[in-house]
Amino acid sequence: MSLISNITAATLAKDIRLEWRSKDAINSMLFFGLLVVVVFSFAFDPIAEESRRIAGGLVWVAFLFAAVVALNQTWAREVRNQVLDAYRVSPAPANSLFLAKALGNFLFVIVMEVLMTPLFIVFYKLRALGPAWMLAPIAVLGTWALVVNGTFFAAMSLRTRAREIMLPLLLFPISLPAILAMVRATTAILTADEPAKFWIVLLIAYDVVFTTACLLLFETVLQAE
Amino acid sequence: MKRAFPILGVLTAVLLSYGLYQALVAAPTEQTMGEVQRIFYYHVSSAWTAFLLFTINFIASVIYLIRRSPVADAVAVVTAEVGVVFCTVVLVTGPIWARPVWGIWWTWDVRLTSTLVLWLIYVSYLMLRRFSTSGQTPLLAAVLAVFGALDVPLVYFSIWFFRTQHPQPVIGGGGSIDSRMMHALLINWLAFLCFAFLICWSRYRLEVLRREVEEMQSQESMFEARGGR
Repeated sequence: MSLISNITAATLAKDIRLEWRSKDAINSMLFFGLLVVVVFSFAFDPIAEESRRIAGGLVWVAFLFAAVVALNQTWAREVRNQVLDAYRVSPAPANSLFLAKALGNFLFVIVMEVLMTPLFIVFYKLRALGPAWMLAPIAVLGTWALVVNGTFFAAMSLRTRAREIMLPLLLFPISLPAILAMVRATTAILTADEPAKFWIVLLIAYDVVFTTACLLLFETVLQAE
Repeated sequence: MKRAFPILGVLTAVLLSYGLYQALVAAPTEQTMGEVQRIFYYHVSSAWTAFLLFTINFIASVIYLIRRSPVADAVAVVTAEVGVVFCTVVLVTGPIWARPVWGIWWTWDVRLTSTLVLWLIYVSYLMLRRFSTSGQTPLLAAVLAVFGALDVPLVYFSIWFFRTQHPQPVIGGGGSIDSRMMHALLINWLAFLCFAFLICWSRYRLEVLRREVEEMQSQESMFEARGGR
């Protein structure tokens, strides 16, 4: 266990340092997210009451598209310098690499979300009628749901043609229940019409099921060559 | 085995014609919905066939992950492709029925949505197989099939939370159905199963031949490379 955590920590620290110096993922996600916000704002031009109903969907669609930008870059650096090949022959457990990558992506996407949220509030005149603090656990659970499968499918799509297109094609159908749960939970809190509890439980179940599946199958996918 | 193929073909044709007669003529007209209800014999038969094929695909994928057997992978390809076709029939015949009966083409009901998501997952499965470049396509596809199978119950529960509009299952759901209708349905299902099996069989033979050709080509190119030196 300590071996896993050591390697995870080392890989994660390396990724964070690289990201801190280059800011590739964060910058592209932020700009992409900003574009989505502006386009949606033009397209719908909602009044405050309306925007409360649709904002849950808009916010998560924007975050989802932006997250795919970062997820696509997850393995690019490792492939370019044959790091993955080195990893395959090393005795390091595959799951520690996966966890590091998933946690790194999680961190980057969360940072993006924190920076984007004020924009949404300003552009869509948002004010939650329900308990707003509940949005934080929803964001954490929802982001992990996207990122854990996204990191996994990004590793799978490494072995396909047009891999950048392949990732959303694999990720979106599987993520549909998670996306539905995030959107519904967020809308429930913004409008205070219905309780968000069921959706949060569903998100937890989704996270548990797919985190387990990813950890069980990642080694198989990493070794596939 | 090869002689059985035309026999099965003839049997399927007979069953499909008999099923058509049963569905359009022999079965009584439904009282409230009228003639449009007859699409039910095709809709439900296709749905059961599609779900059966997807189940076989999942089992074959798991077997592939454990044993790495090429036969299991060929079965998985075949059942996924044919399953998507039958699932498409379900998704097309459903709205044709729903428009006159419910007054709407589509609703985000639990069965409709789950079937649509299942269809989306299997289309992405076929795209992965198409786009994959390495020799590891079977492995990646099998992993995706497992993820899809894990997803389906979550989809089902997430939408079940809303009110459901689809008619409750008539069979095993406490509803009653005229015995002639049941007969027509079962005949059609049997016919569809034979039809699906027939397509799967010929597609399987095609897949096996394709692999043989691929192997021969790679052997030939290896042989040429050695001779060239």
